[in-house]
Amino acid sequence: MAAESARGRRQPWILLSPSLATISFLLIIPMMFIVVYSFWLRTATGADQVGFYLDNWQEVLTDRYYRDILFQTFQIAFYTTVICALVGYIPAYFVANTRMRSKTLLLLMLMLPFWISYIIRTMSWINILGSSGAINTFLIWTGAIDSPISMLYNQTTVILGLVHYLLPFMILNIYVSLDGIEKNLTEAAQSLGCNGWQAFREVTLPLSFPGLAAGSLLCFVLASGTYITPLVLGGPRDAMFANLVFEAIVTQLNWPLGSALSLVLLALLGVLVAVYSRYLGVDQIAKSFR
Amino acid sequence: MDKTKRYERLLSRLKDGDINRRSFLTALGAAGVTAGLVGGPMGMLTRAARAATPEQIRFDGWGGVVSEAFEKFAFAPYTAKTGIKVVSGTFGGADEYIARVKASQTGEFNLAHLSGVFDYARYHGLELTSELNEANIPNLANVIPGLITPLRNITGGTLSAVPYNYGTTSIAYNRKYISDDEAKAKGAKLMVDDAYKGKIGGWAEWKTRIWYGALQSDQDPNNIQDIDAVWDQIRIHRDLALKYWTSGAELMSLLAEEEIYVTEGWSGRIRALQDQGHDIGYFDPKGGLGWQECIFVLRGSPMAECEELLNFMLEPEVAIAVAEGQFYPPALDPNKVELTDLVKSLPAFDPAGTLDGLSFFNPEYWNSNEAEWSKTFSRVQRGY
Repeated sequence: MAAESARGRRQPWILLSPSLATISFLLIIPMMFIVVYSFWLRTATGADQVGFYLDNWQEVLTDRYYRDILFQTFQIAFYTTVICALVGYIPAYFVANTRMRSKTLLLLMLMLPFWISYIIRTMSWINILGSSGAINTFLIWTGAIDSPISMLYNQTTVILGLVHYLLPFMILNIYVSLDGIEKNLTEAAQSLGCNGWQAFREVTLPLSFPGLAAGSLLCFVLASGTYITPLVLGGPRDAMFANLVFEAIVTQLNWPLGSALSLVLLALLGVLVAVYSRYLGVDQIAKSFR
Repeated sequence: MDKTKRYERLLSRLKDGDINRRSFLTALGAAGVTAGLVGGPMGMLTRAARAATPEQIRFDGWGGVVSEAFEKFAFAPYTAKTGIKVVSGTFGGADEYIARVKASQTGEFNLAHLSGVFDYARYHGLELTSELNEANIPNLANVIPGLITPLRNITGGTLSAVPYNYGTTSIAYNRKYISDDEAKAKGAKLMVDDAYKGKIGGWAEWKTRIWYGALQSDQDPNNIQDIDAVWDQIRIHRDLALKYWTSGAELMSLLAEEEIYVTEGWSGRIRALQDQGHDIGYFDPKGGLGWQECIFVLRGSPMAECEELLNFMLEPEVAIAVAEGQFYPPALDPNKVELTDLVKSLPAFDPAGTLDGLSFFNPEYWNSNEAEWSKTFSRVQRGY
């Protein structure tokens, strides 16, 4: 009896062991290396000085420069998330409520952008917004303008690129939420005197909130960690925090400082996910990928 | 027992038939995993295995037409003669490559087409240099001496690389908007002329930005007396610039699409634009920046095999084909090797083979300031 009970206790761990081993090797151990690295120092030659130094942490936590870029990063991520939520709700609502037979096709179309490289999709904006791009060419052709309007390489184009990248994530999350709402509920609300807008505001919108929140979390976290979009579509000043990590590690060969910077970003986003998980649960995000 | 002996004993047991192939691979794999977790020992093991019979050499370069020329004219005949395969990889920049090398085991990367004397010194500082046996590279005698000497000075008289090509980073401008006369009159200050606000570009590399900041503040880039004046010029340029470009392809796109009218640019890329029909002017201002590229051999590489490959790469036929592909003059001395008309027409080409007219980074000076200046540039770039 006792042996059976012990076997019963071990069994979940045995079943979980492949996953635990994978997570340990691919996530926990590399993360430990990053933590250890953050306490080392970079020497003048670019080599690492092994030891326990708090210099990197002191610099990252006390220097206004990093705080400002972090604030700018979260600001860009916030604008991106809000735009994705506003723009993404309508197509998600349409797909969830359409009576068209080709609903699967619509969902497939939402996934289409993922088939093209993110970098290529980002660079495509150069051909749309550039001086010789589609918009300027059209406006000059119609006579609306005489010379090209400068639209590229600023914070707006960075946000535009991020919205382009993240919108499908938002739509899919909202769609999953909307698709799970019983249609009878809206009809019941309308039978009790609500008009269409009131039924949406009082029933559909609150019930779709978990999807909206999950999409927002995903968009915010992904936007906060990006560095390609500001690199391709940003001007000299439009850097995000991940660009600083890239610069520290690749350009300055300062892996210890880069490690400390990446851990700061990870910790802040981790807190955000933890708060979200505490109040809403992260399982909602997983639903959209099922 | 040392790892090399263990490996050799294991190998001899396999050859003697004491163990089957599967057991050999299992034992080797287990040793590899164990050693891999602690880093260095596995490197020694793989190094020993490679040193015994190198079946392949790894070469990393910039890709594109350059790699194609290397493949066709150097790697294929080298493999046909030696049986050693050359595995070709690419990188986007010297910084990216050095980060990869830093994360690798010794001997994993062998040869690389690297930028200039500055990076050579940087690699030496990181103890990544090797020592070439020049007797195995007879074609080294054809290389411009002025390109070899700076490398020798860094590594105490020996070489860890052979110079391969050179070029300049000078002022490129769209002739539709800026005349040759204006470019010559303003020189480096053309890039801080507010008449072109929003139509100015620049390479997002701290060394180049500081070099041009020094020229714009009338200082010698290899002996800057007032660094604050340089930062001020960089700030002015930053506020006037539309974009800091990060690759040759981006530089060409920005100029070709007329997003920018003026920037500093790489001579070979500007020549490529001119050949495509774009009316782009190119001007080496006083103190304009010259540089060389070399084929570097990393510490821990199979030296004899690498030296033989270097000799293949320095064959005039190969070096000229690469030069014509990438539009940068080869490091071959025009007094010793007959170069083609196309090579002679390339921007930055020096028919005298002395390169006296070009200014290069002083590696000692720039490396001593690298940590502070690269970090400060990162901040200045972001508005500080």
